[in-house]
Amino acid sequence: MGNIVTTEQKELVEMVRNFALKEVKPHVKELDEKGEFPMELLKQAFDMGLHCLEIPEEYGGSGLDYQTTAIIFEELAKVDAGYAISLVTTFVALRSVIAAGNEAQKKLFADIIIPGAFGGFCLTEPNSGSDAGSMRGTAVKDGDEYVINASKCFVTNGGVADVFVVFASTDKSKGVKGISAFIVERSRAGITVGKHEDKMGLRLSNTTDVTFTDVRVPADHLLGKEGTGFITAMNTLNVSRAFVGALAVGICQAAIDEAVKYAKERVQFKKPIGQLQAVQMILADMEIQTEAARQLVHHAMILMDDNKPVVKEGSITKTFCGDTVVKVTTDAVQIFGGYGVSKEYPVEKLMRDSKVFQIFEGTNQIQRLVIAKEMLK
Amino acid sequence: MDILVCVKQVPDTSEIRIDPVTNTLIRSGVPSIVNPFDANALEAAVQLKEAHGGSVTVISMGPEQAKNALKECLSLGADRAVLISDRLFGGSDTLATSYILANAIKRLGKFDLILCGKQAIDGDTGQVGPEIAEHLGIAQLTFVAKLDVKGDVITVQREHDEGYEIVEAKLPVVVTVVKSINKPRYPSIKSKLAANKAVIDVLKASDLPEINTEKIGLKGSPTKVKKTFTPPRKESGIRICEDTGSGCALKLFEKLVAAKLV
Amino acid sequence: MNIADYKNVWVFIENANGEAKNVGLELLNQGRILAEANNEKIIGVVIGNDVNAAVKSTIAYGADEVILVEGEEYKDYNTDGYANVMVTLVEKFKPSVILIGASNNGRDLGPRISARLATGLTADCTGLGINEETGDITWTRPAFGGNLMATILCSTTRPQIGTVRPGVFKKAQPDTTRRAPIIKEEIRTSAEIIRTRVVGFIKAMDEAAVKLEEAEIIVSGGRGMGKPENFALLNEFADLLGGAVGASRAAVDAGWMPPLQQVGQTGKTVGPKIYFACGISGAIQHLAGMSSSDVIVAINKDPEAPIFDVADYGVVGDLFEVIPVLIEEIRKNKAS
Repeated sequence: MGNIVTTEQKELVEMVRNFALKEVKPHVKELDEKGEFPMELLKQAFDMGLHCLEIPEEYGGSGLDYQTTAIIFEELAKVDAGYAISLVTTFVALRSVIAAGNEAQKKLFADIIIPGAFGGFCLTEPNSGSDAGSMRGTAVKDGDEYVINASKCFVTNGGVADVFVVFASTDKSKGVKGISAFIVERSRAGITVGKHEDKMGLRLSNTTDVTFTDVRVPADHLLGKEGTGFITAMNTLNVSRAFVGALAVGICQAAIDEAVKYAKERVQFKKPIGQLQAVQMILADMEIQTEAARQLVHHAMILMDDNKPVVKEGSITKTFCGDTVVKVTTDAVQIFGGYGVSKEYPVEKLMRDSKVFQIFEGTNQIQRLVIAKEMLK
Repeated sequence: MDILVCVKQVPDTSEIRIDPVTNTLIRSGVPSIVNPFDANALEAAVQLKEAHGGSVTVISMGPEQAKNALKECLSLGADRAVLISDRLFGGSDTLATSYILANAIKRLGKFDLILCGKQAIDGDTGQVGPEIAEHLGIAQLTFVAKLDVKGDVITVQREHDEGYEIVEAKLPVVVTVVKSINKPRYPSIKSKLAANKAVIDVLKASDLPEINTEKIGLKGSPTKVKKTFTPPRKESGIRICEDTGSGCALKLFEKLVAAKLV
Repeated sequence: MNIADYKNVWVFIENANGEAKNVGLELLNQGRILAEANNEKIIGVVIGNDVNAAVKSTIAYGADEVILVEGEEYKDYNTDGYANVMVTLVEKFKPSVILIGASNNGRDLGPRISARLATGLTADCTGLGINEETGDITWTRPAFGGNLMATILCSTTRPQIGTVRPGVFKKAQPDTTRRAPIIKEEIRTSAEIIRTRVVGFIKAMDEAAVKLEEAEIIVSGGRGMGKPENFALLNEFADLLGGAVGASRAAVDAGWMPPLQQVGQTGKTVGPKIYFACGISGAIQHLAGMSSSDVIVAINKDPEAPIFDVADYGVVGDLFEVIPVLIEEIRKNKAS
């Protein structure tokens, strides 16, 4: 963990690590098997204030810098990335509000989250994933309200969030430039939550459809101006992308720690397999890639703390971290040999957790388009 | 309620290993922690404060680095932390330590309740709490697994061989607590950040004018350590390792019968 | 204080319901050795109400004299009453040494009186000896969770006081024909002085259950037990042998067994004839609680478990396979 600089950072990270190891880790295997959302364990995260790390101090949050927050979430992801992402997703929604919202909206969001709640980000629809601009959801102005009709899917925290940031079109004729962003409280009438997705990985995280049927919100719940929604979404995702990389690095580190431990214990050909060069090559490559991923995350955090744009860096970080975590966890399974694919051993879960990192927050293919576009400007 | 908690910074003795070659303790790399039983005491104090209002003051007698333990206590709900530290206090056994702490407590004010952990996991004596009570001339309740305060009466459950003894007393008292009394909370990010900024007062010998210097440090310590050694290792005996569990059981049974143990 | 004025070894005979607890009687035996080294007497101190049985045991188990203080106010142990009695007795009779069993009440009383008398107290001793040059007692005790032993001296003050672990020393063979003088002292403690009041009791263990402190055989379970239901196997085993069931800290922390049954440095210390450690790794803190057992039998799947370094019989196997078969064999043996 080469990025911890100050004693204060170190103490915070150790505090979180201690909590995660003692309180969360013992339950992860069972929760992963069941695909169960750990509400009680997340409540303990609320007690620690882990859900308000990014909320600015003036709204009652901890207002921690990105660098420290990323390290903290790497630690949580080491124990379980699904657990960590439940908290991180709130920050994704938060960033839309900070990017485009006014003071009242920021306060509204903070007031809902701080007592201990989750946020959700409703962008994707069954027919619009990468092609977010083609979304069908609509928001029609009616007097001093908007009426939202939208079917959103793959919403992390869909079933547990108390507030959503929802993207819907206020003007179909303008295509991408007709999309707007709204804050929508869960308590509004007309919101239904679909079934919890039975996923390959990140099984502690709650993922559902969220359907908005004639949901009315006051006009002051519009984030920014009409038609700026897509830009808001992109600005949000730019920041989230780098952040998601931190979770991927956590999974990589967990995979490395398990693989190293196993390599020291497993004896074949009369010695621990860690002494075999074939294994050493794999371990070294895992370490090289993970450390590189970690430094990319750290660099992106430094830029973000300095309020610099991270369009390209965010995409680079997310792409590299996503591809790395898939490779590193696969390598970990390889090192465990036959036991690697057994559910009795911890690494197959890490491999299952890793795949989605090449897909969500913008697929790695979309990321490459973003990067190329930046290069060719 | 104004509550005082005595805490000690100790090495995490569950992490201590004995060097098999030199037969001495390996202390390097062993983290310093708030004595676990003192963490239970602090949690009990904070819970009482949350229920009844008031304040929680934490004190510790130790070197400068004990401030870290005190900061930890601030992040867990203590309102004020004071370090009692002076070279003159060095070498104190439990009698001298309790005498110094009692003097510091008198200096800091009047408290309704003084909470301590049942023992420190390095010294393992469990003596300082009751001795503080004696120096202060107040009642003591030890090995407390549960406590309730109503008005100025405290009711506790004291650990006993076969169960729990229910005992009542009027405040102020000194209470020493056992682990099962509660599960200490974790700090929050905010409380940790705030605690890091906190200023911890230090009381030196000169700040305790009533103290009799004959009763502190080595001079004030009737018990002295003559020597220390690592516990003698019992010789390991017969190893039974058969192919099956029942094979092991039969072999063990055979041996136990032969030794007339069953 | 003039050290030479202080003579004799006292043992505080803790009693429950008028009967002497084992630990005091154990200390009479070891205390005699210490007393004889200085040509002194071993004296039992009995405080309570209606304690004839305790007095009789004290004499039968080796006291040269008994000092008896009776009063309604001493029926249940309380700090203020007992401390008042002990300190008054000490000021009158000036004993050189006081041994107190390190039960919870013993560890409550010891520091109160040592502080009042401004003398040295050594807690939780596992070894007692005599310092050759001075005749002072050497008190040996575990510290650092059992990782370190320390030998302590109290050479400049009197009395030298120590609390001693139950089960470390063995009782002598009782001799009911022994006679010894009983010195009755009239010491009353008025109600205002006694500031704590016992108002009830919660039984946490079955009446019939064998107490850990008194058990000759103990069957203990640790993390290897896996879940609380599995302790039923150990209960069955202990019942068969007429023993008590204990637990390591791991099992208690996991909530599988109640805290009162925890054996270890911060739990109960025991010294039975046989200690079965089942699925217990053998951390130093646990060993500190049971190392004075006569015979240690360890059953553990892990051949590297530290418990095997101290076990007289170390079985490397699955306790869930080993114990049922062992139970069967013992049953068969008993029947035949």
